[in-house]
Amino acid sequence: MNEMMPTPEIDYLPLLPMIIVAAAAVIGVIVEAFAPRRARRPLQLVLAFGSLIGAFAALVWQSGVRSTEVEGAVVIDGPSVILQGIVLLLAIVAALLISERTLDPAGDAFAPRASALPGSEDERQFTSRGYLQTEVWPLFLFSVLGMMLFPAANNLLVMFVALEVMSLPLYLLAGMARRRRLLSQEAALKYFILGAFSSAFFLFGSALTYGYAGTIQFSGIAEALTAQPGRSALLVGGLALIGVGMLFKIGAVPFHQWVPDVYQGSPSPITAFMAAAVKVAAIGALLRVLYVAFGGIRWDWQFMLWVIAGLTMLVGSIVAISQSDIKRMLAYSSIAQAGFILVGVSAASQAGLDASLFYLIAYGFTTMGTFAVVSLVRDSTGEATKISQWAGLGRKSPVLATCFAIFMLALAGIPLTSGFVGKFLVFEAALAADAIVVVLIGVLASIIAAFFYVRVIVVMFFSDPPEDGPSVVIPSAATTLALAISVAVTVILGVLPQPVLDLIEQAGVFLG
Amino acid sequence: MNPESYVVLACVLFTLGAIGVLVRRNAIVVFMSIELMLNAANLAFVAFARMNGNLEGQVIAFFVMVVAAAEVVVGLAIIVTIYRSRRSASIDEPNLLKY
Repeated sequence: MNEMMPTPEIDYLPLLPMIIVAAAAVIGVIVEAFAPRRARRPLQLVLAFGSLIGAFAALVWQSGVRSTEVEGAVVIDGPSVILQGIVLLLAIVAALLISERTLDPAGDAFAPRASALPGSEDERQFTSRGYLQTEVWPLFLFSVLGMMLFPAANNLLVMFVALEVMSLPLYLLAGMARRRRLLSQEAALKYFILGAFSSAFFLFGSALTYGYAGTIQFSGIAEALTAQPGRSALLVGGLALIGVGMLFKIGAVPFHQWVPDVYQGSPSPITAFMAAAVKVAAIGALLRVLYVAFGGIRWDWQFMLWVIAGLTMLVGSIVAISQSDIKRMLAYSSIAQAGFILVGVSAASQAGLDASLFYLIAYGFTTMGTFAVVSLVRDSTGEATKISQWAGLGRKSPVLATCFAIFMLALAGIPLTSGFVGKFLVFEAALAADAIVVVLIGVLASIIAAFFYVRVIVVMFFSDPPEDGPSVVIPSAATTLALAISVAVTVILGVLPQPVLDLIEQAGVFLG
Repeated sequence: MNPESYVVLACVLFTLGAIGVLVRRNAIVVFMSIELMLNAANLAFVAFARMNGNLEGQVIAFFVMVVAAAEVVVGLAIIVTIYRSRRSASIDEPNLLKY
């Protein structure tokens, strides 16, 4: 027994982006423990922006590498580089929104102490002393780390760990809003209970798949599928349970019930981050699981995914019509958008992969922008989220209302916006896979969705502002920059999508 | 002992946990049911490791324990916060977010 265990060879350079973010998150925790209160916010800002930009630079520097790392546990291939790049860019925009502290007279969007009872004397004191909850930053960075690892995971264990690293900080962040704290805490509880429930499904599905294939490596599962043709209960059960876990994170029907509650209750910068980046990471991971590990039984899951995509598009679009709260409406809209992305995923082809990636970029930045606008329309109690309160916004603040109108048109898929190109690509991929019915449902859902998107524009521009309506806060440079980036990406991807499409096409295929 | 019985036991435990999440009303009990589901998955991993004749499943069990511990930290923090502001750990009572 004196033989030495062979040490695994690890090439750290391709993993550098993830290592930078992980290191910054850990240093952030140490800063929270030891730095004086005044110094924490500047330090955390430097760490967060420095690490995100540094990680993106490292990603670009190493973007030519295609390899599997850490004994095959993590894979760096074209799609994972693209997905990590999207996550990092979205995280930078989200960090701009999180760093904003001029909107609320009392400070940033987060409770001064999440532990203080809502409405208590403690809370008033913390607020009047101007305390800030800077723990938000390390939590945010850990979540970004999870999102980067999630689509790059090459076995079920790493995927599960990444799923949890991504989700656990988000459960906490969801409960930290400064205003309407009971709503926020309720959102955190619902998100946590249902999120943990769904990860248990994912884990048990992984166990069944391991029982079937004898390995948790995606390539090993794919080999087992060709070696043992025929369906076993372990395989089908494993795939179904893994699918439940991932579709929950994506917010697909019938696993969507948490989305409106959590999106409405969470602080708006966190909602923006959740709505945009979680979806990117989870769709990326779903693509890898389905295409790499379970590509051999595509005929079994493709039909199921078509049904789910169709249902998700229809339910999201139809229920969104009846919403009176703008954040809830955007939540249902994001459910519908998830359905459109799933149409691309279920095409099970290279075109489907490319279309899904493009749609994720378009959707991510547009969504980020919509919630940035929501955080700016405020009255004395915080954000004014009733759609009726938004009446006449176009007269009070034409620039902001125009930005929001552009986002709404993009989500509706009107030409010359990024949303149109995204929808066109996913429908094209689905048609190539002979899914005519799904495409028809998608077109129908787009028409239904256009109704409530355009309704907001009509309310903003063609109705009189109420007497005691909300005011539009003039944001600081951070939110302005975030909004400008979102508008720019939305318009440029609509007018000139080709460079990004070329980039995605060059990225190529999943490594087995 | 036939390892297949352990797989059956794991499935039973997982189902019990899932039913517990759906029917129990106390957040702590719901949370314990989720932990039961995770541990059922662990048992399945270990049993399959024995059947497959490799160690991967046992290694996974250790990782899952660590993740479950992290989940306890986050979950209890959220449940305790809710309990302090509402004086109740029922998951039916927080019902401000709807429609």
